[in-house]
Order: sequence, then C-alpha cells, then structure tokens
Amino acid sequence: MTQTTGGLISGMLLFLVAAGLSLIFGTLKVTNFMHGSLYMLGAYFAYTLYNLTGSYAAAVVGAALGVGLFALIFERLFMSRVYSADVLMQLLVCYGFILILDDAVKIIWGAEFLSMGMPAAFQRPPILLAGGVLPVFYLFLIGVTLLVALVLGYVLTKTRIGKIVRAAAINPTMTSALGINTALVYGGVFALGGLLAGLGGALAVPVRSLVSGMGFSILIESFIVTVIGGMGSVSGALVGALLIGLVRSFGTIGFPLFTEGLMFVFMTVILIVRPSGLFGRSAES
Amino acid sequence: MIRSAPVRDALFAVGGLVLLAALPLVFPGKAFSDFVIRLSAFAVYATSLNLLIGYGGMVSFGHGLFYGLGAYSFALLMQKAGASIPVAFASTILINGAVAAVIGAICIRLKEIYFSFLTLAFQMLLHSLIIAWTAVTGGDQGLTGGVPRPPFLGIRLDEPRHLYLFCCAVLVASLFVMRHLMQSPFGYTLRMIRDNPRRAAFLGIHVWRIRLLAFVVAGIFGGVGGMLISLFVSSAYPDFAYWTVSGEGVFMILLGGMGVFLGPLAGAAILLLLNDLVTRFTEHYSLVLGIVILLFALGLRKGVLGLVTDLWARRVAATKGGSSAATPAA
Repeated sequence: MTQTTGGLISGMLLFLVAAGLSLIFGTLKVTNFMHGSLYMLGAYFAYTLYNLTGSYAAAVVGAALGVGLFALIFERLFMSRVYSADVLMQLLVCYGFILILDDAVKIIWGAEFLSMGMPAAFQRPPILLAGGVLPVFYLFLIGVTLLVALVLGYVLTKTRIGKIVRAAAINPTMTSALGINTALVYGGVFALGGLLAGLGGALAVPVRSLVSGMGFSILIESFIVTVIGGMGSVSGALVGALLIGLVRSFGTIGFPLFTEGLMFVFMTVILIVRPSGLFGRSAES
Repeated sequence: MIRSAPVRDALFAVGGLVLLAALPLVFPGKAFSDFVIRLSAFAVYATSLNLLIGYGGMVSFGHGLFYGLGAYSFALLMQKAGASIPVAFASTILINGAVAAVIGAICIRLKEIYFSFLTLAFQMLLHSLIIAWTAVTGGDQGLTGGVPRPPFLGIRLDEPRHLYLFCCAVLVASLFVMRHLMQSPFGYTLRMIRDNPRRAAFLGIHVWRIRLLAFVVAGIFGGVGGMLISLFVSSAYPDFAYWTVSGEGVFMILLGGMGVFLGPLAGAAILLLLNDLVTRFTEHYSLVLGIVILLFALGLRKGVLGLVTDLWARRVAATKGGSSAATPAA
C-alpha cells in the first residue's frame, strides 16, 4: 500500500512535467532540454512564496504562473531564435540555461538541501485505507493532477484553441497562411508547458527536498515517460508516468540497486516492440 | 607538396609529438604539463564525439557515458584486478566497444531528437549505477585508494615526465587513427550518410551498420579519454559520467568548429583555459560558462577554427582572383 501510494504520487508529479515536455515537442518539434529546470524553479518559487505569504494555495498558483511567464520569456528571447537552426543549437541553448539556473539557485537559495515540510492545512491524521495509510496531501495532489489532465485533454481535443494547436503542430506554414499567429501559438504552448512543470515543482515541495540540480533526474524520467506514452500525447504521458512511478516504487523492494535500470529495460522493450510509444507517432527515422 | 594523405598525416603526427615533447623545455612548470595532460584526455574525448556529430550527423548528448565508463573500467581493472597498464588499456577498449555496440544498436535507428535524449538517458543510467553500487565504485565519493601505475616496457608512469610523454603519445596516436578512419572510405561513407541517408541506402550502403560502427569507434575513443583522466587523477569520480561532461563535449566541438578535424582539440584547449581562468576568480563557473554558451549559440556559430579557416579560404580565394568565398568541407 505504501509502495502504491508512493508510486502514484511520483507518477502524478512526473505526469505534470512530462505532459509539458510532450506538448512542447508535439507542437513545436523542439525538445526543451531545460524542462527539468522549470520544475526546479517552480519548487523554489513555491518555497519562497509559502514562507512569505503562509498560504500554500497562493504559493502553488504563484509558482505555476511565475514559471509559465519565465518559460514564455525564455521562448521568445532565446529558444525562438534557434528553431531554424539544427538540434545542436537548441541543445546548446538549453544546456547554457540549465547551468545558469542551477548556479542562480545556488546563489539565491544556497547550495544546501531545503525542505518546507507539510503545509498547515494538510497536517491532519492520514486516512486509513486497505491496511495502509494515505496522507491527506496525497489525495489533494492526485486530485489536482487528475483535474489538470482532464482539463488539458478537454482543451486540446474539444475546443477551438486545441484545434489551432493541433493544426500548428501538423502544418505550421498552412496554419499561419490561414491567418493564425503561429508565433503566439508557440509562445503559448511553451508557457503552458512551463506552467505545468512549475505546478509540478510547487506540488512536489511538501514531499521532496529542494536542491540545485534537482530538475535533471525528473527531466530524464519525463523523457522516458514520453517515449513510453508517445511524444505529443497527453493520455500517453499520464499512463507512462503512472507506469514509471509504480515501477520505480516497487522496484526499490525487488532490485534496490537496479531501480533506474528497470525503467530503462521497460523503455527499451517499448522502443523495440512499439517504437511510436503506446499512444503516439513513430520515433524511428 | 606531399601527395599521399596518410603519409602527410603521419608526418603531422610525428611533428606534433616532437613539438609536445619539446614544449616542457620552454614551459618547465608543473602547471603546464598538467594542463597538457588534461587537454589530451578532453581532446581525444571531444574528437571522438565529433566523429558522431560532425562526420556522422548523429547528435549524441550522452557521450560522457563512454568517458566515465573508460575512467571507471580502467581504474577498477588496475586497482581491483591488479592488471598491467597495457592489459587494462586493451580490456577497457573492449568493454567500451561492447557497451557502445549494445547502446548503439538500441539508439541509432531513432530520429534525431530521440537519439540525443536516449543517449543522454543511458549516460544517466551509468551515473546512477555508479552512485548506487557503492561496494565497487565507492559511490559518490569516487574510487578511493588510488590507481597504481606499475612500470611496463621501461615506461614508469609514476614519474611526471613519463606520464606527460605517455599522454601526449596516446593523444597523437588516437587523433592519427581517427583522422585516418575519417579519410578512409568508411569516413566518406559516414559523411554521405550524414548528408543524405536515403540516397546512401539506395546505393546499397548498410546505413545502420556504418552508423553503428561509427558509434562503436567513438565510444572506444571516448573511453580512451576517460582512461587518460583516471590515470592522471589516479582515481575515478561519478562526475566523469555526469551529463555535464556530454554538454562540455558538445560545446568544445562547437567552440573549435566541427567542420575541421582539429576543431575539437582547439575547443577543448579553449574551454580548459576558460575553466582555469574563471575558477581563479569565482566559484560560479557554471554561471559564467552558461552565459558564454548562450553568447556563442546566438552569435558565433562556426567555432573559432572554423572562423580562421573561413578567413583563410577567403584570402586564398581573393589572391586567386576567385570571387566565391569557399566554405571548408569536413
């Protein structure tokens, strides 16, 4: 039971980061290698906002919006300049930003591990369920993430905005010829991806400790999630994230040394059996 | 004018080695020889990465895996198995080649961006394995106890002068072999695949096989770089396998210019100098490096050597009366 809930919340946090990564890739055909750093920023923003305001709700909303804004600025000022260049330049710009942000976090918040502890609103006795305990915050986290997944899925498939985003993903030239501002769409998608990563970071603060460079491992995991689920697919990201969260959580019992390896075995099998991921387009060249 | 390219390259190599051997007479300090040894490790590593990126068009972002693997295999073989240096060297090459073949077989069929990410992911797998497997690797403290340097064939690597010459010789020999491979039919096939894989396939070339071969060669020489650094620091640290090593490799290539064979060497020298200079003034090296990278990525794109050869080609073209500024082909 502890393993299951632990795996579930890891999966939920992973989903928020991976969904943004997948969305940006699916629409812009650009991989945001600094997506993990946005998660880190979200966590630190939330930490500071909570200490300033004392309200966790304000911290989460503020952090998500702050990171979304940051992502928008990053996209407009830096990333958009290298869309036409090759992958190498996009990689390099992101690499530079990861270095800068990691060091900036060290300068502003210090190099030590920080932890915020559970916000007052969630300091209640855990719920007893099926022989295990379920902290109230876990329920909140799962609820918020599922809500986000539903809204995201609805907006992308059922609304006009979603239709524009999908059109820009498939044929940007035609979309802009039809009078749609694709630069705006790109900026918006990037900001949304950043917002999701920031939200993930903010929701992780009560259950994870904060340190400079914390975004990198979640970046790798999110990538594995998108490979499993299929690039550009929100439902794929959800299923992939839950699978990886559970594999990691149960892997620590069976193979403590090889938990990371287990994810890779899983991913390699998917790549060989179904290269496009469970819900996505082909990854083969 | 010497016609035969291999002979010319060999002469270059011998000349380079003689120059490197003579340099300590001019700069006798330990700081200089240490710099050249570190440079030899990074230059072999960066050049091997350029075989993939510059010649093969395969943007690996996980090449540091082989650097770390080389360092750890070599150090562990020397320390735990008590192997002699040539045996440890040869075994490490075999290990790196085998690992590269497996990872390459999984990765190289994939689209560009998947390839970058998947190589990176495999590197982080090695990194977390090193951290987790404390009993063998010493975990995040790195290998303790030092790497022994038993003498072989009259070469005593515990003597600084011998170590210096040995590293220079490995550097020159590695560069020569890689250069020779890139000037061979294999090297030109690799360039062809980079420029037009479909056409290469139509001509009957096994695209997959050539790419895998390039991946294995690059993995082996990446490991040679790792071996040199572990020989120098007499240990191996998880940082050698961390993703930043891959990032630095990519940046070295771009800094020096990937269209020129010795570009990565120049890039490695510039980055090492920058590192030594910046760490003297501030502990926030990554902040400075990040800013330099951004300036570079958004400005100067062909690398320093690329710029030099461009200017050179323009001058040559001008003196010949030609009007077109030729760009150097890799």
